[in-house]
Amino acid sequence: MDETQSFWQFVSQQSDKLWSQTWAHIGLTMISLILAIIIAVPIGILIARKQKLSGIILGIAGVLQTIPSIALLGVMIPFLGIGPKPAILALFLYALLPILRNTYTGITEVNPAVVDAAKGMGMNKWQILTKVELPLAFPVLMAGIRTATVINVGVATLAAYIAAGGLGEFIFGGIALNNSNMILAGAIPAALLAILLDFLLSLLQKINLKSIRVAWLILPFTFITMSSFYLLPTQIGGKMLAGFTPEFMGRQDGYLGLKSVYGLGIETVVISDAVMYKAAFEHKLDVISGYSTDGRLKAYDLVTLRDDRHIFPPYYAAPIVRNDVLKKYPELEGVLNQLSGSINDSVMTDLNFKVDQLKQSPEKVAKDFMMDKNLYKPARNGTKGTIRIGSKIFGEQYILVQMYKILILGNTDLAVSTKTGLGGTKICFDALTNNQIDFYPEYTGTGFLVLLKPDIITINQLNGNRDQVYHYVSQAFDQKFNLKWLKPIGFNNSYALMMRREQAQSLSIESITDLTKHLNQK
Amino acid sequence: MIKAENLVKQFGSSRAVSNISFQVKEGENLILLGTSGCGKTTTLRMINRLIEPDSGSIFLNGVDIRTQQPEILRRGIGYVLQNHGLFPHYTVAENIAIVPRLLKWDTETIRKRADELFDKLKLDAALKDKYPTALSGGQQQRVGLARSLMVNPPVLLMDEPFGALDNLTRINIRKEFRMLDELVKKTIIMVTHDVQEAFEMGDRICLMDKGEIQQIGTPEELLFHPANDFVSDFLNEQRLQLEFKSVLLKEVLPEVEEDLSVWDKMEALLQNKNSQSDEVTLDQLMGAFSRFKKQNNG
Repeated sequence: MDETQSFWQFVSQQSDKLWSQTWAHIGLTMISLILAIIIAVPIGILIARKQKLSGIILGIAGVLQTIPSIALLGVMIPFLGIGPKPAILALFLYALLPILRNTYTGITEVNPAVVDAAKGMGMNKWQILTKVELPLAFPVLMAGIRTATVINVGVATLAAYIAAGGLGEFIFGGIALNNSNMILAGAIPAALLAILLDFLLSLLQKINLKSIRVAWLILPFTFITMSSFYLLPTQIGGKMLAGFTPEFMGRQDGYLGLKSVYGLGIETVVISDAVMYKAAFEHKLDVISGYSTDGRLKAYDLVTLRDDRHIFPPYYAAPIVRNDVLKKYPELEGVLNQLSGSINDSVMTDLNFKVDQLKQSPEKVAKDFMMDKNLYKPARNGTKGTIRIGSKIFGEQYILVQMYKILILGNTDLAVSTKTGLGGTKICFDALTNNQIDFYPEYTGTGFLVLLKPDIITINQLNGNRDQVYHYVSQAFDQKFNLKWLKPIGFNNSYALMMRREQAQSLSIESITDLTKHLNQK
Repeated sequence: MIKAENLVKQFGSSRAVSNISFQVKEGENLILLGTSGCGKTTTLRMINRLIEPDSGSIFLNGVDIRTQQPEILRRGIGYVLQNHGLFPHYTVAENIAIVPRLLKWDTETIRKRADELFDKLKLDAALKDKYPTALSGGQQQRVGLARSLMVNPPVLLMDEPFGALDNLTRINIRKEFRMLDELVKKTIIMVTHDVQEAFEMGDRICLMDKGEIQQIGTPEELLFHPANDFVSDFLNEQRLQLEFKSVLLKEVLPEVEEDLSVWDKMEALLQNKNSQSDEVTLDQLMGAFSRFKKQNNG
């Protein structure tokens, strides 16, 4: 890939995608907004009439507003599946509160003397509402709609997490791939969209409502709503649907590789890994891009497809330790290597399942496992020195850290301090090279592709071969960073394509080649 | 013209209006007078059904008002509010066209009628395209009155129509309104807490307290034949001025033909101090008035 590609080059290259994402973004925002207006304005009027209801209704809308968007989207998958439907519903719920509250405030703040005069002159309820209350409340009401619009343009980026499209695809893809051009290509149009829509609504806010018949308002309103549906991404309804993370979509050892190496032609949507497994379980997706030791694999009864052409590089986990620490405490290496060979993919999946799905503590899971494998020894409470163990923030790393802690305490006179929660790869690695931790569990693929960033020839030479990659990173780390890769623990937490077990079995799909063949059958 | 019978209205535990009855003849000005909370506004608002009485009935030209749809009823009754109640989002012209539009008048008729009223109420035609906030308090009140008069309703309800104005403007507008031919023919029920205003504007005054009528009668009756202590106490503070206002010149000086109150004549005399052409002097007027008072109190 050309690293020096400019922002404009990126935009012009991806202009098709950019337009379709922008239109989808507008579509999602407008539909949800209009639905919210249709529902929230009458309810706002109602609670302005019946003040007793206002507390409850505004309270409910307020609570909806506080639900984290990803959680809200996740909850909806069983009912609405993935795609635009749940996204629109979520956006609709977020837009309710500002519109509801401003309608309510606008109507209740109309001077009662004016309403009294209108009544006294013989206007009926509908005339009072449409000719007096709504026109006078209109600026406040519009302010609410503007707030809701800006919120919706922002939240609509999250639609990319549940395969609803929108500019979030670029933003989250860019974040995952560390591609700032891609982030900006999503973020700048989204910001411009918010500004533009807000500006257009500010023009509407100045319209004098008394001179316009309600019918004239409803007409363009419905027109915009109907046309917005055409902006949404449509699903063609192929044989199978794949949901891939934004990161996977943009990687050579991901979707790009699947296309070029396997010739896989599958309809894809972009989705967050937070909801991906569940969506597969709910039959909303057939193929997903997961991590091979993820606990959800077990929770949702999914199987991984064999990567028979080796496009996913191996990600074998092993501790990387500072050489000076090993020199100072020579007993450490042997102790840490005790874990090597004891955990394969399915064991690690099972352990992750216990922590992620059964909500057991990593300490308990680690201790139970060590007892089971006869690796557990009571702590010696030695005072020779302290070993600092780091970890990234996810369950698998927490478990490994606890296992190493048990090994060190039980087999040496060293004490242990753990520094879990060191964010991602970069943070952990910097902590290690800056002598803030002594070791942490890393994956060969990450060390190879992310930390060493070798050229394409080296990648092609080594890719897919577990031992060669391990060898390469061991040597390079020793020379470059004065760090040592200990023996791999045994499991391989790499990218993997996954399917529901029953579907894979009924179609006899075991490998990615099988999947490609199945899809190519007419 | 208007007949109210045994009106009762309860708000929660407090009785706003308890069993009151009164009649207003065609062309008469009845003032509902009393302190705040005495039930006068509630009574007024029952006439155009902005408030429905718990019991009792109101007849307009012999017809029970409940037989008519409230909106239709209200379009036929002029209504002027204390805070004028002009629509802030309507221009003056649009504001005064509200009721005619509800009655489906054509634009040209509305325009002609508006011009006529503007002329009579001494309103500058340039104000028509202005919004109410750009008008002075006095102008707003005049527009409010013009709005209620547009369709020439036979009955006019006024709720503290001068209440929001400063003292000087109030006195001037009051005077103008009294002279206005549009108002002379109308049956008017007006609510006020201002005793002077009541005595200046009213043919008859209905003095209320705690939801009940204390006395209903002409200003003179209230002054010289109070029904109870409440009535005389209520008027005591401003008694002399009220007497000047309610006694007509011809009552104290039968030979004078002018249709003025003693108060009006005094003002006229004080203004024309220098001219000796007048048939009566201030001293003569005062003398005649005190003789008249002695007769009435005796």
